Amino acid sequence: MIKRRALLKFAGLGLAAQTMAVGQYSWAVRPAQSASQRSAQTQQTGKRLIVVFLRGGIDGLNVVAPYQEDRYYQLRPTIAVPRPAQTGGLLKLDERFGLHPALAPILPLWQQGSLAFVQACGSPVLTRSHFDAQDYFETGEPGFHNTEGWMNRLLATSADVSPIEAATIGATIPKILAGDQPVANLPPGPNPLQPMALDRLPIAQAFDQIYGGDDALSQLYREAKATRATLRATFAADHEELANNGAPLPVTFAVDAAKLAQLMKRQPAVHLGFMALGGWDTHVEQGSSAGRLATLLGYLGEGLATLKQELGALYAETVVVVMSEFGRTLHENGNGGTDHGYGNVLWLLGGAVKGGKVYGDWTDLDRLENPRELPVHTDFRDPLRLALQRHLGLSERELAAVFPGHRMTQKLDLL
Amino acid sequence: MLKSCLLALLLWLTLQMPVARAAEMPASAKAQHLLNRLSFGAKPGDLEQVNTMGIEAYIQQQLDPSLAEPSLLTAKLEPLETLHLTPYQLLLDYSPSLQIRQFRQQGLGSISQEQLNAVNAKAQVVLQQATQAKLWRAIDSPHQLQEVMVDFWYNHFNVFGHAGNSRIWVGAYEQQAIRPHVLGQFRDLLGATAHHPAMLDYLDNWLNTAPESPGARPPLNGLNENYARELMELHTLGVEGGYSQADVEALARILTGWSYCGIAIRESNREASNREIPDNGFCFAPRRHDLREKLFLGQKIPADGMAAGVAEGERALDILAEHPATAKFISYKLAQYFVADEPPAQLVNRLAQQFRATDGNILAVLQTLFKSPEFWDETVLNAKFKTPYQFAISAIRAADLEPSNLNPVLGLMRQLGMPVYGCETPDGYKNTEAAWLSPDAMLRRVNWATALASGRLLASPATAPANPADPSLSAAPVDGQKLLTTLGGSVSPKTRQVIANRRDPLRSALILGAPEFMYR
Repeated sequence: MIKRRALLKFAGLGLAAQTMAVGQYSWAVRPAQSASQRSAQTQQTGKRLIVVFLRGGIDGLNVVAPYQEDRYYQLRPTIAVPRPAQTGGLLKLDERFGLHPALAPILPLWQQGSLAFVQACGSPVLTRSHFDAQDYFETGEPGFHNTEGWMNRLLATSADVSPIEAATIGATIPKILAGDQPVANLPPGPNPLQPMALDRLPIAQAFDQIYGGDDALSQLYREAKATRATLRATFAADHEELANNGAPLPVTFAVDAAKLAQLMKRQPAVHLGFMALGGWDTHVEQGSSAGRLATLLGYLGEGLATLKQELGALYAETVVVVMSEFGRTLHENGNGGTDHGYGNVLWLLGGAVKGGKVYGDWTDLDRLENPRELPVHTDFRDPLRLALQRHLGLSERELAAVFPGHRMTQKLDLL
Repeated sequence: MLKSCLLALLLWLTLQMPVARAAEMPASAKAQHLLNRLSFGAKPGDLEQVNTMGIEAYIQQQLDPSLAEPSLLTAKLEPLETLHLTPYQLLLDYSPSLQIRQFRQQGLGSISQEQLNAVNAKAQVVLQQATQAKLWRAIDSPHQLQEVMVDFWYNHFNVFGHAGNSRIWVGAYEQQAIRPHVLGQFRDLLGATAHHPAMLDYLDNWLNTAPESPGARPPLNGLNENYARELMELHTLGVEGGYSQADVEALARILTGWSYCGIAIRESNREASNREIPDNGFCFAPRRHDLREKLFLGQKIPADGMAAGVAEGERALDILAEHPATAKFISYKLAQYFVADEPPAQLVNRLAQQFRATDGNILAVLQTLFKSPEFWDETVLNAKFKTPYQFAISAIRAADLEPSNLNPVLGLMRQLGMPVYGCETPDGYKNTEAAWLSPDAMLRRVNWATALASGRLLASPATAPANPADPSLSAAPVDGQKLLTTLGGSVSPKTRQVIANRRDPLRSALILGAPEFMYR
């Protein structure tokens, strides 16, 4: 049984509140409650956080590769990415690391100083299970099996509860957003607003009666209708364009990134966003500068560049975190792929990021105690905590609620 | 001796402890509960049947593996010719990669886009037929528990069916490796999945090769631990089952050379060409097997030559199937599927005992489960949130529809994030509320129920676009009165009140889209 959800309050959701007010059923349209100063400030300044989760364990060692180390090339005879300036070579980031060439679309962000990486980052509790490791990243409490995600706890720290303060692209609510606070999920793909039977008044009225109660399903139903009304209002003007006439983006991820960016831009209440991209579990023939991993990175790079472009001026007020449950083995396996490892690279993008730098402690590959995988020098919650603290302005007490028991392991000055 | 006495005492004490929340559900709700959990939901007449034959008799009937498929259903499945092919036949006739390779070998130059499309379309037919058969059986088969268990075990041993050769194999996999064993011995089920080309392909074990073995060559150069890890984490012991990274590597070594016919034959030596192809498509590649002694979960697997590779793997599967962690893990998942998202620990323990006492007899474990007070506890009544698949199938069954077009079902599955045969990750689809309940899903379910209630949604032939003049489009709306009889007491007073002065199809839409119909 799900817990009783936090009641909807339509503060800060002018459009939706207007739309919903015409319904004659039991909408809990409430006046804005005394929003905390910080929350009001957040809305004014429009600070946003977007998390992109790469499910399957991306091979971070080929994303931000230590090209100065011979060991990297010895361990990966067929999949290492060539040194910068060679054919298909890495894009030089600094004297130590290079970026996978398929990520060329986001290299300008590095050069402009709004893209940073944290190497050898991950969960302090080791697991090589995708599902446990993703759980740890999503609950924010490594080693425990909770049902509540840290982004939902983050929502709870802001005073307004509207169904559309946090938006995720996808048919289901990922664990990172699961919990008492309402979260809107937008269907993936180009046309989120296809006509529905529920758009017809007699049908809607009948179902509104059936879903008029206090139970969890009824609340979700009402949240969903409010979200749909908001989306319709938000995208009314360019609905057609979104649907089919606009320049179609070849990759769903970029389409969805554009959709999320537009929603956040037009609806100041939406300050948290989430997207996931799968397919990173490259046990076989992952390739080097070209191949399976490169193709996926191409989609990702294009999606992130689209996100930045569509956010426009709001990019300056946004922090985008890209993370994945674990890294992969240092050595390539017998089939031109890599198996489950440990430490990985975490990415940060956005105007507030002190970019152009690879953060985090690093041990040369030939000096590692465990030659199988990268260690975790930096707890993944370190950069997240900083984003919450310095970017969203959470207090120590609120931070403790979002990441209970977490203490900074590294001194990072990345925001 | 003292130890076993103590254990017996502990067990006795456990059994004597009062079960918390021991209130049994009202007798009038029992038949409905049984149909909700042992089937994909009631069809017209089902409730009456259970009430007539009695709870116990219905359970025994559903647990009887010899219950035959009705001839009408068999006749419906008959034209799906690819259902009867072995994995090897499917590989030869339908594999896109093989056909593209043959095309190149015949020196016909580069393959055109049209030819490529044709090759892919051919593979797609196999997946379509498998999907059709799965849905028709789930909707129509009177042996509902078997279909429910196919759903359960397929997800337990999930294979993603929308890429590469999996497209041509998932149907055969379900048909040959899963279906025959859903109520049988767990070890047989485990073995059948481990040998099947669909699994060998999906989790990469067909590539798993002892480094520097005589058979090693690109891209078969060394170990691949993907299957070995998931075999323990997801299929048997569970992630907390007490294995280490060393065990993963040992198991990967044990399973080197486990491959499927086609790949194994091509690379094998001369006598291979006249080697017999087994029906399950499993071929062992001895020249890629690891010859060292292995230490797996504390047990020594002695080095016994290349040919011993199959026996080594079987030994490892024995160890895994007999492991107490496996009994616990499988019991937990069964209890979660049939009883509650967070199943009572006492029930899980009892099921695990039964699992071990019967060497993993699934039927025996289910007997225990369906007799347990936890299964009949009133708190679990109508408390499992239906997965999108369960929702769609149960609505079609309740409405007594004979779909001639399944595309709207498949579309809903995609929209709700549960495409048929389309779970990319090896953990399979979950069956918990947390996994499937979302605001958007609620709107889509209600919307789909409304479309279904019109009676037209699944009526038009899949091939033709909707045409208003199509006679099938004048299909009658779903009969709300009949629905009320079919679903009996599970329709809530509130729904009954709202539908009181409404007519079909809105009345039937409201019943199928009501909150209580989202649960089983």
